[in-house]
Amino acid sequence: MVGIVIVSHSWKIAEGVRDLAREMAQNFTGLLCAGGLGDGSIGTDAQRIADAILEADSGDGVVIMADIGSSIMSAESAIELLEEDGHEVNAVIADAPIVEGSICAVVEAAGGGDLDSVLKSAEESREASKL
Amino acid sequence: MRKMPSRIYECLSRIGESIIANKDFLTELDREIGDSDHGINMARGFHAVLEKTDPETQDIGAVLKKAGMTLLSTVGGASGPLYGTAYMEAGKVLAGKSELTAEDMKAVLEAAIAGIQKRGKAVKGEKTMLDAIIPASETYAQKIAEGADMVSALEAACESAREGVEYTKTIIATKGRASYLGERSIGHQDPGATSATLTLEAIRDFLKG
Repeated sequence: MVGIVIVSHSWKIAEGVRDLAREMAQNFTGLLCAGGLGDGSIGTDAQRIADAILEADSGDGVVIMADIGSSIMSAESAIELLEEDGHEVNAVIADAPIVEGSICAVVEAAGGGDLDSVLKSAEESREASKL
Repeated sequence: MRKMPSRIYECLSRIGESIIANKDFLTELDREIGDSDHGINMARGFHAVLEKTDPETQDIGAVLKKAGMTLLSTVGGASGPLYGTAYMEAGKVLAGKSELTAEDMKAVLEAAIAGIQKRGKAVKGEKTMLDAIIPASETYAQKIAEGADMVSALEAACESAREGVEYTKTIIATKGRASYLGERSIGHQDPGATSATLTLEAIRDFLKG
């Protein structure tokens, strides 16, 4: 099953998005979050993200849902850290809004979708009109 | 060719001391055009780097790699992955080395810039740290090619970096948090270009002894 990692500068946002998305698939265990720094302050931590990716991966790859700015750069750094350590994890970053995208990704992943379909599902949420 | 013994911990300490001493100044610059955290973030990162670096380690590459990984985990803002990648890429160039030639320093600057560009997908002229370190690296390479030693080439490079910081006052930010301000970012110097210049100046001062 494809894993999903929620990355935010704020651990409250990351955990909140995770909790919201998990309502859609309560038995889905591949949903992790990596929010804020180790001391709880605002920021992103590539090592925390790398740890979450490893934990989320069950062999079918991981989709990363990220918020703004350094979330993307830290997620990219995390993927490189794992590669340099010799881990073979297929992790991709979704170009999608973090709340809507995470919900779509979780539904698709919990339904057994593969990495491409989970990524596509997350990214299609960009086009969803609210009004 | 002039060589530097592995006093990499001492060199990192000088960089860290400068960043920490300028914490409020960097944060103030970031308050003008960003999210008011550059100095705080960088100071937190360098406190962690100095705490986690073994002063006895001779392998400059290993120390820089570790410093980069620490910055990735502790800085928090965009400067974390940017400086973290820069230090890690510089570490790759110096893997296994315990001394540094003028040519090595050129390779370090170029690897750091390549790392920052890979991570930040920025080019010169976007009001970022690249506007200080690209001209500094170019000046350094030119001076070395002309036969200058490491210290005098770095002195010239630091002047170019300072000019680069001044240049960032004249341009619009198109990357990072400052890009939300558009034209209102003109008139303010870039915090990242400033901390990059402080870094180069600390290395220069360290080498001058």
